[in-house]
Amino acid sequence: MKKLDRAARTNLLTYGFVILAFVILQLLSRSPSFSPTLRGQLVPICAYVVMALSLNLTVGILGELSLGHAGFMSVGAFSGAVAAAALQNAIPSPGLRLALALVIGAILAGVVGALISVPVLRLNGDYLAIVTLAFGQIIKSLIENFYVGVDSAGLHFSFLKPSISLGEGGRMILNGPMGIPNVAKISTFTAGFLLIMVTLFIIFNLVRSRAGRAIMALRDNRIAAESVGINVTKYKMMAFVTSAALAGAAGALFALGQNTIVAVKFDFNTSILILVFVVLGGLGNMWGSIIAAAALTILPEALRQLRDYRMLIYAVVLIVVMLTTNSPQLKALLGRLLPHNEEKEAS
Amino acid sequence: MKKTLALILAVVMCVCLFAGCGGSADAGSTPASGDSGSSASAGSAGESGSGSGSTASGAAFKLGGIGPLTGGAAIYGNAAKNGATIAAEEINALGGIQIDLRYEDDAHDAEKSVNAYNTLKGWGMQISLGSVTSTPGVATSVEANNDHVFYLTPSASSTDVLGGIANPLTGTVDIPRKDTIFQMCFVDPNQGSASAQYISDQNLGSKIAVIYKNDDVYSTGVYNSFAPKAAELGLDIVSTTTFTEDTKTDFSVQLNDAKANGADLVFLPMYYDAAALILTQASAMGYSPKWFGIDGMDGILSVDGFDTALAEGVMLLTPFNADSDDARTKSFVEKYQAAYGEIPNQFAADGYDCVYAIYEALNNAGVTDTSLSASDLCDILIEQFTSMTFDGLTGDGMTWGTDGAVTKSPKGMFIQNGVYVGMD
Repeated sequence: MKKLDRAARTNLLTYGFVILAFVILQLLSRSPSFSPTLRGQLVPICAYVVMALSLNLTVGILGELSLGHAGFMSVGAFSGAVAAAALQNAIPSPGLRLALALVIGAILAGVVGALISVPVLRLNGDYLAIVTLAFGQIIKSLIENFYVGVDSAGLHFSFLKPSISLGEGGRMILNGPMGIPNVAKISTFTAGFLLIMVTLFIIFNLVRSRAGRAIMALRDNRIAAESVGINVTKYKMMAFVTSAALAGAAGALFALGQNTIVAVKFDFNTSILILVFVVLGGLGNMWGSIIAAAALTILPEALRQLRDYRMLIYAVVLIVVMLTTNSPQLKALLGRLLPHNEEKEAS
Repeated sequence: MKKTLALILAVVMCVCLFAGCGGSADAGSTPASGDSGSSASAGSAGESGSGSGSTASGAAFKLGGIGPLTGGAAIYGNAAKNGATIAAEEINALGGIQIDLRYEDDAHDAEKSVNAYNTLKGWGMQISLGSVTSTPGVATSVEANNDHVFYLTPSASSTDVLGGIANPLTGTVDIPRKDTIFQMCFVDPNQGSASAQYISDQNLGSKIAVIYKNDDVYSTGVYNSFAPKAAELGLDIVSTTTFTEDTKTDFSVQLNDAKANGADLVFLPMYYDAAALILTQASAMGYSPKWFGIDGMDGILSVDGFDTALAEGVMLLTPFNADSDDARTKSFVEKYQAAYGEIPNQFAADGYDCVYAIYEALNNAGVTDTSLSASDLCDILIEQFTSMTFDGLTGDGMTWGTDGAVTKSPKGMFIQNGVYVGMD
């Protein structure tokens, strides 16, 4: 049997780990004594994991700092939720409606990603970070001024002023700053799991392809990569748009698992939260992102017993994890404990 | 890039640390903050040492509340929690029905609010005191309605919380009525139209400016009902300007617009934090119209570093008056001041009234069995609430319809020498 290389083994382990976690949680959630808090968090955890994975593609693989990732999530969330609400009568099956909403969310976020990548990808480093930051704010402001209603004649849109006249049986879906106040919850944990698997599949295959190597070459040394004929714009855009589309799907999944969504939810703080997941899990490290996103979503809820010290402890835990995972002594210790890895690195 | 990353993360850490400090005021105040999942509620009620008579009975009804105990809206969550705590202590001291109260933090976020609701569900909550603020209230009310849990919110005033009320802009009912949801506060449209009515009746201003926060459910909801009512009453609105969460630090554009249009009364349907800045900036630019606020303005006198002299003469419409001569209000204010060192605002009174309203409904129905399921209790309480009349701190003769909205009359108040005084 041909020996699998290290990266392929890590990828397989990541798939296996996700499947195992899903099966265990699925079995646990059958029991009625399963914590209602965790049960309610299963879908958001999946959404945050996908967000972290997609941002890791931009930050870890492409090597560009994006501070507006929640903007793509927002586009996906609102387009997906509006689509699901509009199709409520046309498609009675919630599973099919959810799948369609995810696809619509991904496509729209991808389109927006492509649009903004044109000016953005002329920039590098800090400048790119600033522009993506502005992008997140622009998306928020746009959605806050957007009104959507539906009646028998179809969808009605208006901007700035809610000047929509709806016919018999019509209703407002998106109410500008008030967001969507009655989302029908159709996201399921299984759908979230499938989305994580699809995301992993897309990212792993992209990274291990010719295009992926080109993208990483750009990250490591742009000038050298250009000199050997790598098309900078094309490969940067490829990574950026993929990342945006995945974030859009995650947004749709998230929105359809909530009772209500408002544009302010997807603000700068959410972008930073996702970035914290990625950095904590390790840049370019996909399974690290998965664990960090899941752990940091559960942690604040698990710390509720600590009452007033909850957020303080949360911050301290973040700092401690940051310090320990970056400490060379700890890495050496881990290396000694896992001789397997050492042998791999030597070979 | 690494440097930028390090810097940003450092900032985030600091923000997290500060967010943690926000809730320090409420340490150890809940009378029965039983450990999560513990079934022995009676023991925990006495442990914290605050509810003197709370161990008299073996079992207690579990009331769960959700509110922003940390973050920007913490003043509301903590006030409602403190008010409810005082009510629960008083009721437990009476020795009849016992109440085990637990509040969970949602940081004014819908997602966290649902997590908090689920945590309370895991604890065994039988009756919900709802969410304190509107956006989280919209989310938790859906959960409570699905679980058939009685839900009486002290102050989440959006119509979306109740459901079944027509959108004032389009005339369509976007959310069906959630049967188990009731409100202790005025619903937003009532506040807007009541304000317009009040300004018109009292002849407070001839040219009116409105500044509202257009990314906030509460502020927009009030404005949307104020504007049509004002037009109907023939009030002259000369300037309408907006701001958002990100622009709530500089109001020079809005104030200059109001000033340039000669507004002599400015209507501020917003929370107190932004209003405090508006008053400060208006004073700096020498603009001194009459100010008119709604219940969110309540709390402006306790903003850190705010010169209360600037709020002199500010009018607000609120159902609660801490300076009232009413004996119950006086005793509540005294207890509140002794325990928390500040004058209670309307949210505290709403929280207090919520617990008493539930207590009265349980008493009226003669329910003493604390082992009843949340769903059974819900049916009993809905029947009581739609038929009873309740006298509380925030109004006499309050009644509820099947739409969940409360009927009570607002009181006009103004600020004089740093305290609220009732207007007649």
